Amino acid sequence: MSETKKADAKKTEPKKAEAKKTPKTGKASKAAPQEAVVTSPAPAPTPAPAAPRSSVRKTYKLYIGGAFPRSESGRSYVVTAPSGEFLANAAQASRKDARDAVRAARSAQAGWAKATAYNRGQILYRIAEMMEERRDQFAQQIASVEGVNVAAGYAQVDAAVDRWVWYAGWSDKLMQVLGSANPVAGPYWNISSPEPTGVVALLAPARPTLLGLTSVLAPAIVGGNAVVVVAPDAAAVPAVTLGEVMATSDLPGGVVNILTGAPAELAPWLASHLDVNALDLAGIEAGSTLARDLEVSAAENLKRVVRPAAGYDWSADPGLARVKPFLETKTVWHPVGI
Amino acid sequence: MANSAAQSTAARGLFEYAPAPESRSVVDLKPSYGLFVDGEFADGSGGTFKSVNPATEEVLAEVAMADAADVDRAVAVARRAYDEVWSRMPGSERAKYIFRIARIIQERARELAVLESLDNGKPIRESRDVDIPLAAAHFFYYAGWADKLGYANLGPDPRPLGVAGQVIPWNFPLLMLAWKVAPALACGNTVVLKPAETTPLTALLFAEICQQADLPPGVVNILTGAGATGAAVVGHPGVDKVAFTGSTEVGRMIAKQVAGTSKKVTLELGGKAANLVFDDAPLEQAIEGIVDGIFFNQGHVCCAGSRLLVQESVAEEVVDRLRERMKTLRVGDPLDKNTDIGAINSAEQLAKIRTLTEAGEAEGATRWSPPCELPERGFFFAPTIFTGVSQAHRIAHEEIFGPVLSVLTFRTPAEAVEKANNTAYGLSAGVWTDKGSRILWLAKQMRAGVVWANTFNRFDPTSPFGGYKESGYGREGGRHGLEAYLDV
Amino acid sequence: MIGKTCHFTSESGTATVVGVTAQLALDDAGLRRLLHGLPPADQVGADARAARLGTRSIKTTAKAEALDLAVRMVDLTTLEGADTPGKVRALCAKGAHPEPNQPDCPSVAAICVYGDMVATAKAALAGTGIKVASVATAFPSGRAPLAVKLADTAAAVEAGADEIDMVIDRGAFLAGRYGAVAEEIAAVKQACRTGGHDAHLKVILETGELATYDNVKRASWLAMLSGADFIKTSTGKVSPAATLPVTLLMLESVRDFRAQTGRQVGVKPAGGIRTAKDAIKYLVTVNETAGPDWLSPDWFRFGASSLLNDLLLQRRKLATGVYSGPDYVTVD
Repeated sequence: MSETKKADAKKTEPKKAEAKKTPKTGKASKAAPQEAVVTSPAPAPTPAPAAPRSSVRKTYKLYIGGAFPRSESGRSYVVTAPSGEFLANAAQASRKDARDAVRAARSAQAGWAKATAYNRGQILYRIAEMMEERRDQFAQQIASVEGVNVAAGYAQVDAAVDRWVWYAGWSDKLMQVLGSANPVAGPYWNISSPEPTGVVALLAPARPTLLGLTSVLAPAIVGGNAVVVVAPDAAAVPAVTLGEVMATSDLPGGVVNILTGAPAELAPWLASHLDVNALDLAGIEAGSTLARDLEVSAAENLKRVVRPAAGYDWSADPGLARVKPFLETKTVWHPVGI
Repeated sequence: MANSAAQSTAARGLFEYAPAPESRSVVDLKPSYGLFVDGEFADGSGGTFKSVNPATEEVLAEVAMADAADVDRAVAVARRAYDEVWSRMPGSERAKYIFRIARIIQERARELAVLESLDNGKPIRESRDVDIPLAAAHFFYYAGWADKLGYANLGPDPRPLGVAGQVIPWNFPLLMLAWKVAPALACGNTVVLKPAETTPLTALLFAEICQQADLPPGVVNILTGAGATGAAVVGHPGVDKVAFTGSTEVGRMIAKQVAGTSKKVTLELGGKAANLVFDDAPLEQAIEGIVDGIFFNQGHVCCAGSRLLVQESVAEEVVDRLRERMKTLRVGDPLDKNTDIGAINSAEQLAKIRTLTEAGEAEGATRWSPPCELPERGFFFAPTIFTGVSQAHRIAHEEIFGPVLSVLTFRTPAEAVEKANNTAYGLSAGVWTDKGSRILWLAKQMRAGVVWANTFNRFDPTSPFGGYKESGYGREGGRHGLEAYLDV
Repeated sequence: MIGKTCHFTSESGTATVVGVTAQLALDDAGLRRLLHGLPPADQVGADARAARLGTRSIKTTAKAEALDLAVRMVDLTTLEGADTPGKVRALCAKGAHPEPNQPDCPSVAAICVYGDMVATAKAALAGTGIKVASVATAFPSGRAPLAVKLADTAAAVEAGADEIDMVIDRGAFLAGRYGAVAEEIAAVKQACRTGGHDAHLKVILETGELATYDNVKRASWLAMLSGADFIKTSTGKVSPAATLPVTLLMLESVRDFRAQTGRQVGVKPAGGIRTAKDAIKYLVTVNETAGPDWLSPDWFRFGASSLLNDLLLQRRKLATGVYSGPDYVTVD
């Protein structure tokens, strides 16, 4: 309890401080600098010895509701390369972060579903564009996190970008391909169309990091769902970068929420959450007790569950296998008369 | 004109329609029935139970109770039939058997209808005009798919799953059997089906129909029994596919039971559908839709329109008209062709309906039923409406599964949608308004698998049916219904 | 009450609507607002409801009484260019004693003829209590100047007609000139009172030409607001004539009209009802829609010619247990 409170305080304090500071400094910066220039001429710069520049390191945070908060728990974990080299401190999401992420997803979902399919398709395509621009960054991250060579990193980024493009094109075809007009035996107009199921929790696979994440995310959101995705362990590094891509891709905040940390800790909360409609267990070991337990928890509110498959090939053509489980079919009847 | 009063009084007497009972003689009931396994009827090893006519409380027949050993045998037989015969048979040949079944159901429609009404308590008008014709239509529809699965747009190489374990409810016994068996067979699966404990008889007659159709032994196996039998079928490791229609409570248990397995599951569960009536609705038809929505099949319908949401500006008029209409509903002998509301299926269900209606009264809602004499024997419940209901009342959110309607009001379309969707269920919804753009908007807003606009409780084999949220998953009917029985 | 609160006046003259509690002046636009404010009718739903009512199974004693009631509701009709006094007298004899050898068989409600045959029919029916109904207002098309229609009506009334079956101006109705339709009905109603008489006015909507169920409801209300004692489906000269769904809508209208105004209006389906089985379906529909108050010849009629004989055949089947044949009922 006390730890949690402390953590809360830690989390909120800096925020408040920032919020107060920003306007003040804003004003100051408008008024002060000019005076400074006029009243006190700058001293002549003395050439300093060329000190080696320290790099500005990135803080890896969560991505919830379009913002990048730290974990409310204040926890982080060390991401290391397979070689053991330190890569980053990633935020270790807690059950409360999961709860916040579900809430963010729920409030974003209706708006995302209401967007036109054309619009959703363009936003998915925009994600691909922004990823392409960060191709080098992703390739480096994949190489260091997965311990593969950079060429393999590039291959994976390319596959991931292509996958976004592939799903982007699906957004305005799903209704045509999955829907139907039904010839009922009576004077009725009858039509079935796919609709998003709502909020989907995704447990992304540990490997391949970026392609795996993409392969669970894109099919879940293309049809209008909002998601909470857990990027396990080292996958946090490319996952947070992907979050940055999303934040700059016109994707409404909350449609994708990224939690980094331990799936075994977070998954039970998501599986049992009554405001989550579906669950993709991709990252959980097939046949494991955990996989079964999560499915049992999910049964409480009849979540749609995609079970994990052993030896799943993430580079193969995914088809619609991860799209359809997260779509409902709605059938509408109306009489036909004069 | 002067004598009009006297004449009307005479007329009132006149249309106390004389009884018009359908003849029972068309049904040849045996005193006892065994299990249908491997194309033959055989005794089970789990003892027997009795199936009762809910309208008279008379025992109709004694039926075998399948136990785990019987389930083992049935699954083994179904596996053998799958491996050796049914999955290898060309689709065009499978189709012929299924078409044949459809035809025999049509030929024996009257017998099936009477038996269904005897065993279930539903009015003969419904079993005759709805259940049995739709069951035949379902087989006819799916028969045609058997050799066209590659055209179903489900994948390049759709393959059957294997043995399907199917557990069906008592509200539409033969129709639910058809919803399960027809697509399973069309897709090349074999079947072990457990009918509901209180309504096993038409399934057993269906077994006879399979024999008449020369369906290869083991393709369809029917195990009668209770909940334990159903659990044994669902949990059997030899079952590749589980299909269940019934309560959300049992559906949840099944979802837990199959967790961690590779069984494909479809669940069609409970509902608490909202039926939305706007002030510009075709009122007469809306009244019929409300009546059909909640009193069809005694309200034993998962998609029943059990929550009437009326725009406040017409609420009084709608309720008045509804009361007048309810006075013409005829409750009684299910075999009487003029009966609108038959018997409640079981004493247990009747007790549940009573408990919930008493809760409704206790919570302060106003209860009303038309004056109607209920038969002394049998399980009957008068059609009932509750007014002054709010979302917080139990009768507004718990599935009653009986002829009991809760009436609530709304002021704006947004409020209507909010209240309609404020439920853990999501099976069906009704919308009554004359304005086209509003219909389409509402249809889009409803979180429900079936939306009936200006109609209610319509079913068709070509029309996908199934729920959102806790009403289950998967679709039955139409092209979509194939996917539940295929590996695509 | 709809009318009490709204009082429309028209620039091009007013239509006086009588028969409601208040005298109303309504122009076309006002009437349109009123009539189009009625709840719409969904065709598929109405058809389904009528079909459902048609599946009621009426047996034994209920059937026997229904058949007799149906006989008592028949407006036995001949409306042919070839009608002669002899033909009309024969029909009157048939209507008075449909089963000459069975005194328990009731007589029909009315004999329905063209205006020039009213006197003949009146004389033939003297002392029977059977009404004489006359079609009027340039039946069946209704295409004549108002003065001619009123003269047609007055002549029939003067000749002794107890009931006048007028046709509405469908052209005016479909053109949205509701005021003209209302005015004409009201004027004919006045003509029914010619010479101190008070003939009942049946207003034929010719539903087959109105095309939609919404129009049937609107025409029903327009006729009732304008003073109709009965609303009638059809002339019998246009197909489709009476149908069960259309009659259902009209029964709903008279029920609702009484609930709002306190005034009861009768319903007469006419044309195309040929079998006892059909007649019973209509009676079931009356019973379950408008209610038992309408199950009387004062409030429900069948406009028919061949229906009577089928009712008689079914009556005999019930009495004797043997199927009869057309040679055993009289043809008049």
